Amino acid sequence: MVPPTTEALQARSVRFRIKRQDGPGRPWRWESFDVPVEPGANVISCLQWIAANPRTVDGRDSSPVAYDAGCLEEVCGACTMLINGQVRQSCSCLIDQYAPKDGDVMRLEPMSKFPVVRDLMVDRQRLFHALTRTKAWVPIDGTYHLGPGPQDTPQRQQVRYKLSECMSCGCCLEACPQYKLEEHESRWDKAFIGAHAISQARLFNEHGTGNVLASDRLDAMIGPGGVSDCGNAQNCVKVCPKDIPLTESIAAIGRAVTIHSIRKFFTGK
Amino acid sequence: MVGGGLAGLAGTIRIAEAGLSVDLFSMVPVKRSHSVCAQGGINAANDIARQQGYSEYEHFDETIYGGDFLQHQPPVYEMVHWAPKIIDLLDRMGVPFNRTAESQRDLRLFGGSLYKRTHFAGATTGQQLLYALDEQVRRWEAQGKVNKYEYWEFLWPVLETDDTGRRCVGIVAQDVRTMQIRAFRAEAVVIATGGCGMIFGKSTNSVMCTGAAASRCYQAGAWYANGEFIQVHPTAIPGADKLRLMSESARGEGGRVWVPRTKADRRDPRDIPENQRFYFLEEKYPKYGNIVPRDIATREIFDICVNQGLGVGGGNMVYLDLTHLGREYLELKLGGIIEIYRKFVGEDPALVPMKIFPGVHYSMGGLWTQYTAKDDLRGMAMGAANSMMTNIPGLYAFGEVNYQYHGANRLGANALLSCIFDGLFCGAGVANYVLEVVTTTSARLDQSIYDAAARQQQEIIDRLINARGTESPYQIGRELGEEMTAASTVVKSEQRLLQAIEVLQLLQGRYQSIGLSDTGMWTNQNLSYARALGDMLKLAEVILQGGIDRKESRGAHYRTDFPDRDDANFLKTTVAKYDRDTDRPDIFLEPVETGLVPPRARTYGKVAASTDTTRPTETVSV
Ligand SMILES: Cc1cc2nc3c(=O)[nH]c(=O)nc-3n(C[C@H](O)[C@H](O)[C@H](O)COP(=O)(O)OP(=O)(O)OC[C@H]3O[C@@H](n4cnc5c(N)ncnc54)[C@H](O)[C@@H]3O)c2cc1C
Ligand code: SF4
Ligand code: SF4
Ligand code: FES
Repeated sequence: MVPPTTEALQARSVRFRIKRQDGPGRPWRWESFDVPVEPGANVISCLQWIAANPRTVDGRDSSPVAYDAGCLEEVCGACTMLINGQVRQSCSCLIDQYAPKDGDVMRLEPMSKFPVVRDLMVDRQRLFHALTRTKAWVPIDGTYHLGPGPQDTPQRQQVRYKLSECMSCGCCLEACPQYKLEEHESRWDKAFIGAHAISQARLFNEHGTGNVLASDRLDAMIGPGGVSDCGNAQNCVKVCPKDIPLTESIAAIGRAVTIHSIRKFFTGK
Repeated sequence: MVGGGLAGLAGTIRIAEAGLSVDLFSMVPVKRSHSVCAQGGINAANDIARQQGYSEYEHFDETIYGGDFLQHQPPVYEMVHWAPKIIDLLDRMGVPFNRTAESQRDLRLFGGSLYKRTHFAGATTGQQLLYALDEQVRRWEAQGKVNKYEYWEFLWPVLETDDTGRRCVGIVAQDVRTMQIRAFRAEAVVIATGGCGMIFGKSTNSVMCTGAAASRCYQAGAWYANGEFIQVHPTAIPGADKLRLMSESARGEGGRVWVPRTKADRRDPRDIPENQRFYFLEEKYPKYGNIVPRDIATREIFDICVNQGLGVGGGNMVYLDLTHLGREYLELKLGGIIEIYRKFVGEDPALVPMKIFPGVHYSMGGLWTQYTAKDDLRGMAMGAANSMMTNIPGLYAFGEVNYQYHGANRLGANALLSCIFDGLFCGAGVANYVLEVVTTTSARLDQSIYDAAARQQQEIIDRLINARGTESPYQIGRELGEEMTAASTVVKSEQRLLQAIEVLQLLQGRYQSIGLSDTGMWTNQNLSYARALGDMLKLAEVILQGGIDRKESRGAHYRTDFPDRDDANFLKTTVAKYDRDTDRPDIFLEPVETGLVPPRARTYGKVAASTDTTRPTETVSV
């Protein structure tokens, strides 16, 4: 069922230099693999090849490289890693674009802002924790039928849709100078919450019913780890694969927090 | 709850709402579940369609007709009536459905219908629905009613037998990072683990969709139904690691499928004038045109390429043309898939027709389940404890892994609906089972039951780790995928299926002598895959054997040696029971409840086309 490639296959090989670590707290090392690539190959298809043929360039038998993947079409966010030093999804990283010539080198490393589980797989639990901290949900009454939700203009829908495409991949956090590795859960509530969560706060504050919790969300954005920790370096917006307008969200929440703090100061609420 | 896709999350919310606490297991963080891939939309009767003569009843009838009458009708009747309410609920949860100028929810056309009844959020509807449910589950989690076990893999159900019979009282699961194996107690277990596309090697599915969880339940005694019904989606882009879907919404929004009228025409498609293009779906199906159901579109594309040799450049591809729709419209309505095509193929669908070919997509078959029909068959009894319960009391199946609703062929945008419906409607049944039917709670059961179940799984894992054979699981997996795709997808025949069974037996033999290149006990993905592969081989046999036994053609199951539908003998569900002694499926047929709409011929108004040939006549391996 798979269509035969009409052009003759251009057999060429690309060298993968992969930063490996057997587990948390274990030493890391580089390992290199030569992988034959077909047109259309991407980093995941090469990691699959390595899993089936885990032999390094110096002829040593090694083990398959651990990595995270799901959709293979850049919509689940699982496969995020550093490729030649740049954070991005590996499934949509086409070898022909990154390493067009025979013998080109691709360097793969795990994200550095999250604890390594093994090899290229990291633990991004803190990223989801930030969504709880933000109360990133609409507080509906329950699942019984109560009619439609609040009406939405197409303009507002487009704004919310864009924000809602965030796939919790963590690229924006990896690139952010203010976001530091925090291994321990006990420190997550005080550490910088990150651009993705600030943007989610905006998403839910924009929703008719979600707005009910706006003040709770802004409370979470005041104080240590909140929006004021952002140094406005704007690295985040440059690496977001979904083109989420993160700096706009940060500015919007920044303004809302200022107003919220003034009101709190005068009303005590 | 095993699985955190749409079905698992919706079920979790409903059961938590009933006041019970839920342990939610998923191989991946639930927000990354396969449901995130769904693109096109979700069906429901709506006010505009109603004023054109559509209603829940038409939605019901289309679903049954689309499914070639193989599904039980009462559950479908109930589901379509819930559909408009489910859309409202999702809307309340904040799903950014596309809007019209007047701020109403926008609608699009989808396969198998002449009415606009598909609600959508760009071309990433599944992502938006999954996120909305994920957010609600996070809310329950923050309140302590839901406990998530992410990166935990379900290995086996824990069954207990007493004088009232056998029932499910928990699961054994493994943390895929630490490799720890543990048994968990539960009053009821819901399997919501999605489809099994990985059995076919490359498919439109995510990498977790191995069907291993369903296969384990089947081997533990749950029945598996209609396994032979695998949907092959007409429009996917072939890739080195997966077939990426180009949603049916592309055709619903006006996309046209064509090939050059001359064989192996090497011209740039943009230089081929209109009268030298063969819009074969529009010609053969003047009424439905490009939005005929998937099984039909797939067979026509297959016929054009494989039998008539009219594929683009002589290969197995046809054009899916969106270039006439305009960039702005495409970005607004189909942005998500346009982006996928641009990223993975490197061409712009607004300028150049896309090149596509069918790919394995969805499993209509799944774990066999029961329901309680209302007396007049118009729907299911609300809250019935057996709603989507398997033949093992206390073990349920929701979502794609459940065989109900879609019969022999699923209509586009009905899957998201059935997943959420299962969770919401049948979740109430699970709660009632726990509150009203279970008499001895699992807390009072002897720990030895759980220890024994965990030990059994540990032994399987130990055997794999200590195996010192030479066969590579990845190689076996690849060969399995190639054979299944060649023998058991668009066209099948007895002889080809029997050949595939032989290949499968060889593969099962080789599986006995595999060796792992990683024998460590930390995040060993090699081990997890090898374990799943063994279960995939078992499920593959169910799929093949069902295909052999069903000597007719119906919906997605097309047999060259039996090209017609045979209601007298096969208006029946194929049910596979695992036979421990022979290690093979034992298949029986069960009647289908067709009491509401009597079966009729399913033609979709087909007429002869200018260069028509008949349906595919021989099995071709490609
Ligand atoms: C590309 C694509 C596009 C689609 N578009 C549409 C559309 O537009 N409209 C429509 O109606 N349908 C569409 N479908 C079909 C639809 O997306 C799926 O049928 C549906 O999402 C399945 O949901 P689910 O909840 O049953 O399972 P999934 O979303 O597959 O979730 C399964 C869950 O089970 C977990 N799991 C699996 N195995 C185990 C295990 N052993 N242990 C623990 N956890 C496990 C996974 O981690 C996951 O959380 C599409 C499908 C594809 C492939
Ligand atoms: S703008 Fe703020 S959040 Fe974004 S990278 Fe800079 S410091 Fe980080
Ligand atoms: S905002 Fe963008 S970069 Fe950050 S997590 Fe979301 S999708 Fe990823
Ligand atoms: S695997 Fe889902 S984004 Fe790459």
